[in-house]
This record gives sequence, structure tokens and C-alpha cells, in this order.
Amino acid sequence: MSGKKSLGRFFTENAVVIIFLALTIAAIPPSGLSFQYIIQEMITRLGRNTFLVLALLLPIFAGMGLNFGMTLGAMSGQIGLILAINWNIGGVEGLLFAALVGTPISVLMGYICGAVLNKAKGREMVTGYILAFFINGVYQFVVLYMMGSIFPIKNPAIVLSRGYGIRNTLNLENVRQSLDDLLMLKVGGFLIPVATFLIIGLLCVFVVWFKKTKLGQDMRAVGHDMTVAEAAGVPVDRTRIIAIIISTVLASFGQIIFLQNMGNMATYNAHDQTSFFAVAAILVGGASVKKASIPNVIIGVILLHVLYVVTPRAGQNLFGSAMIGEYFRQFIGYGVIALTLVLYAWKARQGAARAREGLRGGNSATAAAGTAAADTAKGGAK
Amino acid sequence: MAQQGPLLSVEHVSKEFYGNIVLHDVCFDLKAGEILGLVGENGAGKTTLMRILFGMPVIAQTGGYKGRVCIDGNEVNFSNPFDALDAGIGMVHQEFSLIPGFTTTENIVLNRESMKPTFLNEVFGDRMSVLDRPDMKKRAESAIAKLGVRLDSDMLISEMPVGHKQFTEIAREINREKTRILVLDEPTAVLTETEAEVLLVALRNLAKQGIAIIFISHRLHEVIQVADRIVVLRDGLAVKDTAVAGVSVRDIASWMVGRSIAAERLDAGEKREFGPEILSVEHLWVDMPGETVRDINFAVKKGEIFGFGGLAGQGKLGIPNGIMGLFPAGGAVKLHGKPVELDEPRKALEMGMAFVSEDRRGVGLLLDESLEWNIAFTAMQIHGQYLKPVLGKLLKIRDEAGMRKLTLEYIGILDIKCTSPSQKAKELSGGNQQKICLAKAFALKPDLLFVSEPTRGIDVGAKKLVLDTLHKYNREYGMTIVMVSSELEELRSICDRIAIVDEGRIAGILAPTADIAEFGLLMSGEKTEAVQGANRG
Ligand SMILES: Nc1ncnc2c1ncn2[C@@H]1O[C@H](COP(=O)(O)OP(=O)(O)OP(=O)(O)O)[C@@H](O)[C@H]1O
Ligand SMILES: [Mg+2]
Repeated sequence: MSGKKSLGRFFTENAVVIIFLALTIAAIPPSGLSFQYIIQEMITRLGRNTFLVLALLLPIFAGMGLNFGMTLGAMSGQIGLILAINWNIGGVEGLLFAALVGTPISVLMGYICGAVLNKAKGREMVTGYILAFFINGVYQFVVLYMMGSIFPIKNPAIVLSRGYGIRNTLNLENVRQSLDDLLMLKVGGFLIPVATFLIIGLLCVFVVWFKKTKLGQDMRAVGHDMTVAEAAGVPVDRTRIIAIIISTVLASFGQIIFLQNMGNMATYNAHDQTSFFAVAAILVGGASVKKASIPNVIIGVILLHVLYVVTPRAGQNLFGSAMIGEYFRQFIGYGVIALTLVLYAWKARQGAARAREGLRGGNSATAAAGTAAADTAKGGAK
Repeated sequence: MAQQGPLLSVEHVSKEFYGNIVLHDVCFDLKAGEILGLVGENGAGKTTLMRILFGMPVIAQTGGYKGRVCIDGNEVNFSNPFDALDAGIGMVHQEFSLIPGFTTTENIVLNRESMKPTFLNEVFGDRMSVLDRPDMKKRAESAIAKLGVRLDSDMLISEMPVGHKQFTEIAREINREKTRILVLDEPTAVLTETEAEVLLVALRNLAKQGIAIIFISHRLHEVIQVADRIVVLRDGLAVKDTAVAGVSVRDIASWMVGRSIAAERLDAGEKREFGPEILSVEHLWVDMPGETVRDINFAVKKGEIFGFGGLAGQGKLGIPNGIMGLFPAGGAVKLHGKPVELDEPRKALEMGMAFVSEDRRGVGLLLDESLEWNIAFTAMQIHGQYLKPVLGKLLKIRDEAGMRKLTLEYIGILDIKCTSPSQKAKELSGGNQQKICLAKAFALKPDLLFVSEPTRGIDVGAKKLVLDTLHKYNREYGMTIVMVSSELEELRSICDRIAIVDEGRIAGILAPTADIAEFGLLMSGEKTEAVQGANRG
């Protein structure tokens, strides 16, 4: 009603974003880094990470929470890259090839993941998290033992000296920043990877368009209330699987974009923290388990990564140790995930408690989701 | 129409739930364009019969049914509701099935959205079509228009008053082109009398267009008004199947319960004395969509039963909802002289107020839990009752025996039809679930109880039980009651004073014995015209 009230609401609704904005601004002066440097870093990291974070949107629309299973997509993308290196396909063609290989694998992975999550309704996040661990084992086995023995991998630059298995670190020289460099513009002293941003822009347009489709509407319906959607004839399970498949495929493309920018790849670990960073970013951007938007993604990537750039330096200058900044980074990442999930669970419980007090309609699905969120929070905070 | 065979015929249908016979050899026919009123006490089997018609999975899961259901003379046996929809049966359930976060339009056309094809259809199928929102809106609005009601097609369901939700749900069934048979299970239970009036007219319209309608209601005068024929169920038997012409409410009521029912003032001639003022409300406003309260002032004395009446949409429902903190509200509300915070339902409960909301179809109940648990839950949460300390007060465990005793007591008082106190709430009939809601509030033994539309969806016999119980608690425990109802007779039968709400303000307060015409005048806004002329609109 009054201006004061709506201001108060603005603060509570955007509490996470505001806290992070304050933290970031506070950490900039002690870091001693120039604005020039910080902004260039910001642009680079936006190009590197945004696609991956956007991959999280669809499952949130479909009410499946944060898709920790996106790691499966990242692994698929990596397999594509390994094969591209093996056959010496360089440049943008190499990336395209990797994406082409990654797509069918990630579709399959997404299908498996979606099917498993359908068996664990209301506990999607923990289940996705654990499933990622399991598939990681399969990935290790394939890359470490089967590549070079069962699958013909010939390139000696990437095969371990024993004749099979892929080396620990891969040099992505051939494809390094080939997408970024495709159309690099210099504007006011800043290097801008226009092609990368164009692709990200295209994905944003797709997401906006997708929300307007029948499938998008069905996803929203399923996300709001599975029982009602089911009763109206929406194929709930199928819709949820499609949401996860699209997310997984996007994650595989996202990982390829991420790695071409990095320029090398830790074969066995590169995907370990993919979902962690993406989830932290979208949450810092003000998204919740139930609600997220493109601005949440972009704000989140900017805030989280500027913070990551400045904290080690700030730690160095303030406490004489870069490690403090490093710990702080980890702490923030896990902290924000745990906090958001706990907050979410708390809110859901409040809602359920209110409903139980018998005053108004409630829905048991939120209560169930609340418990799941609490579980994930425990998992994430370890 | 007379030459035509029946559109739907139900032949010798029987159904039992685990040995409990709920329907026994029920037969009736339904012709196109005919409205059939289906009546019976709470738990008589009306909903169960409709679930059989509609192919609800619960029926098959609990062992199916005996007998035949025929459409156009051909036997049908639907395995799920979609088959029933395809055969042209539309159903408005006793519980809502709407998505709260969606707008009216989105709910009406849910999963039948208008679409524009895109190039991706070739590869990925129809679901990649883009929604045609303007057309969806047009379709929704035409369905609303067919019903003849006013509904905002862009409003979110979660922000709507109950009546509008009901209209949305009916509009959804009408929007289906194929619908030839429309089943409405207590569609008016959540509506005020004026809203119900509008709905009845709408149903007549639909019937003229050739749609056959099965109409279930506990408001017998509605049934008489709208139906062509009635079927009365008593304990699973179709005891009467007759044309409506010449039938009175009294006849139906006696067929239903097999005894006659009279409602009269309970305390004729009793001298009433009240304690000090318990609740005072000054300049209350409540922003409840469809039931806006603008400026309400009143005070209730301890031990009093205070009633609120008035037409739908004038704000009477907003009063308890605002005071209990369910909708944004402002003003000065004091309980026992202490100010009440208006946005904290829990605080309100802790201060000793309780509320039975008008919006209680399957809400606020833990459907998968036992009756004991449902009735005692709030008392346990708010007052820590039914918890026994063990291990030197380190732990508290539930007092199962106490909970059971309490539940048995209310099953007796309110005549709740169930197999045992440990039966799950979802297995009760709709009316009996509502009695559980009432029992839950009674169990809190609040100083001040708000009840909103306490007898909606409850059969004629049980209605009296509910009113008697309110009366008894008032007299025996000195519980102060603020009752909101759109049934004036009900208010007049137990209230000590009745306020009539008009345009969000109290138009006047009358004694229950006042002439009915006086109430009518207040409701129509006659007396307030001069004062508030400027505020209208
Ligand atoms: N799933 C179920 N399991 C066991 N018993 C059930 C189930 N559903 C309904 N019943 C029982 O069947 C009987 C008839 O219930 P039904 O819902 O048909 O009553 P109703 O006539 O619709 O009553 P109301 O007017 O209260 O809505 C009740 O005694 C109820 O307890
Ligand atoms: Mg019923």
C-alpha cells in the first residue's frame, strides 16, 4: 500500500542480491584492482559462464528445482571435446563437432536423469546431486579405461603413455577461444567476444520464446501443480523429462563454451564444480528454487564472478594471505546455496504450517519440496 | 424431446468400499436438456455415484462397481476421466482443481490452449506451437459470458474469492465443445445466495442449449428451483425418483432423512446477560478481492453470538479474514483490550481466537492423516495440548488416548459418519470433512470463535446439529462467537445481534427478532444511501 511498505518488500525480495552487491562493492577498494581490469574480467567471465547458468532455467520452470544433474551434460560436452582433439578438428569447426557429439550423449543422459527424477518427485535436487556422482563414476571408467582400448583413440598427445586412457590434463590449443576470437571487438579498451555473446543472446531469445509455447505452458502448469496438470491431461512425466533433456543438452553446449575459453581441460575434474558454480550464480542473482528469470542469471554471473575476482586480492591485502580470499570464495559459494535452500525450506514449511492451522488452502507438494530442499542443503554444505 | 431415448442411464449400480456398502442398486435415466437434482444426506453416496460416472481411478482401485452405465444406450466403462471427457461428460468436483498461480483464462483453457503452429511442429510435434493468448482470452471470456457471470479473465486464481474459483471451474467445463452431460457436485456450496442465483440461471441456459445436467446440492430450495426431476439417495438407496413439480423442500427433507426436521429459535424467551467487551474493532479495512471491507466499527461482548449478514461481495467475508490476518488489513482491533496484529494468523490463534474459514473444501485438512490427528493438531500446535511429558519433561509424546477421546466426542456431537477415529480424512464424504474442520476449531476452545458460513455443504439434518453445537458451546463454555453467514434464517436462529454489511460498511445492527423486512431494507442499502452516496462505484 504505502511507499514504505513496498520499499520494505523490495528489500526482502531482493535481499540476496543486495547483500552480494554490498559485499562486492566493499571488496573492490581493498583489492587494489583497477576498474579497467575488473570490467574486462567481468566481460570475459560473462561470456564463459552465462550459457551454463541459463541451462538451469527450464527445470526450475517445471518445478524440479535446481538441476544438479546438469553435470551429466557437462560430461557429455567434454567427451565431444576429447574426440575433437583426437581427430585434430580445430577452430570453430572443432567446437561444432564437439557439440554434435555431445548432443546425442546428453539427450540420452538427460533422458536417464529425467526418468530417475520422476521416480523421486519432491526430492529432485538431492537425487540429481547423487546421480551426478554416480554418472561421474561411469564417465571416469569410460575415459580412463575404455578410451584407447575399446574406442579407438589414436592421438598420442592425449592418450596416457600406457596406451589407453586419456591424460589428466588436455591442452585445447586447437579450439582455444576460437568462438571468442571469431568476432572479437575492441570497444573503449575492452575486448568483447561478440560471437559468444550472440550465442548467449540467441539462447535468451529461445528461452523467452519457449515460455510462450504450448510445451512451455505445460511446464509451468506442471511446476505449479502436478496433480491438477495431470488431471487436465498434461503428460506430466514426459514434460519433466523434456525439461531435463533440454537442460542437459544446454549444459553440454555450455561446458564446451566454458572450456574453449579456459583453453585447457582437467579431464577428470572439469565438471566437478560445474553445477556448483552455476547454481551459486543463479541464486546470487536472486533466483529461488521455484522462480528464476534471465535477469537473475545475468546479475548472478556478474556479481558472483566479480566477487571471485576481487576477494583473493582483497584477502591478500587485508590479511596478508590470498588463501583467506580463496576460502572466502568457497565459503560464499556453498554458503549461498545452503542459505537459499534452507530459506526455501523454511518458507515452504511456514506455508504448510499456515495451511495446517486450518485457515486457508495449502498444498502438500510444497511441504514435500521443502523437505527435499533441506536435504539438499545438507548435502551442499558439506 | 419426449420421443428421444435417454442420453444417460444408470442401471442397478452398486458399490462398496471394503465391505462398507455405499450404493445399492441405484437406477435412473437422464435426457438431453434435462436437469436432474441429486440429493441426500452427507455420506449418502452422491459423490461416489458421480465418481463412477466419471471413471475416477479411486473406483477401480477400490474394487470397481456392479451394474451398468449407458450413454445413448451403449454400455460404457471408463477406466479414467479422459475417456469420460471424450464421451462428453464434464465434471465439476467437490474439491477445486485449479492452478492457483495461473490466471482465470489459463485455467479455463488448461491443456486446451489455442495455438499457432511454428516451423518446429514438423520436427517436434504440436507442443512446439506458440500459444495464441488473445484467442485464449476470447474463448475464456465467451465461456464466462455463456455462464452469465462477471469474472476477471486476467486475475490469478490465488487472489480470487471462493465463488469466483467455482465459476472458473464451471467455465472450464463449458469451454469443452463436446460436453453433453455436466455433473456439478455441490457447485453452490461455496457460493453466496446471490452468486448461487446467478449460477442457477446459467444452468437453465445451458440446459436450453441441450446439455443434460446432474446437480447435487444441500440447498433444497435451489434443487426445486432449477431441477426438472429429483433423485433422493438415502444410505446408498435411491428412495425416490420424481418430477419436481409440486414437491416442497419439506417433502425432500423428509425423504432424505426419513424423519421431519424443524428449525426454530433455540432460546425463545431466554434472558441473556453478557460480560465485558471482548473484541473491539475500529475503522477496519480489508483488501480481500471481491469482499473489500472499507470501514467497519463494532464491539462484541463476552458470551455474545454476533452475526454478520449481507449480500455477496459487500464485504462480510472480509471481516474475519482480515482480523485473522489472511488478507492485508488495517485499523484498530483489540481483543481483551490488547491490540491484535493484523498480519499474523498464528498470533491471532495464540491470543485465543479461532477461525473456521468459508473456504474449506478439502483445505486445512491433512487428507492423508487420521481424524484424530486432524482434530487435535491445531490444539497441539497452538496450546501444546495432547502432549505428555516423558523422561522428566525432556521429551513430549502425543497423548494418543486423549486425542482419541476428543475425536470420539466430536464424532458423537456432530454426527460425523466414519468407520473409526483412525480413518483417513480423505475417505470421508465432503460434508463430513467439513464437520471435521468445525471440530478442529471447537477443540481449540477459543475465547472468540469466528465461523464463516458454518453450514455450507452440510445436509439439512446436520445443519441443525452444527447450529446446536455453536449454541451449546456458547452457553456451556461462554465461548463468544462471531458468525458470518449468507443465510439470514440461520443467523436469526442463534445470534444475539446481527449486523448487515453493505458496501464494506455496517449498514445497521438489528435484533434477531426484528422484522424480516428491516433486514431486507438494510441489505438493499436503502438506509445508507444518503450517508454514503458519494462513495459508491
Ligand atoms: N476412498 C474411500 N474409501 C473408503 N470409504 C469411502 C471412500 N470414499 C468415500 N467413502 C465412503 O463412502 C460414503 C459415501 O461418500 P460420498 O462421498 O459419496 O457421500 P456424499 O453423498 O457425497 O456426501 P456429502 O454430501 O457429504 O458430500 C461415505 O460413508 C464415505 O465415508
Ligand atoms: Mg459429496
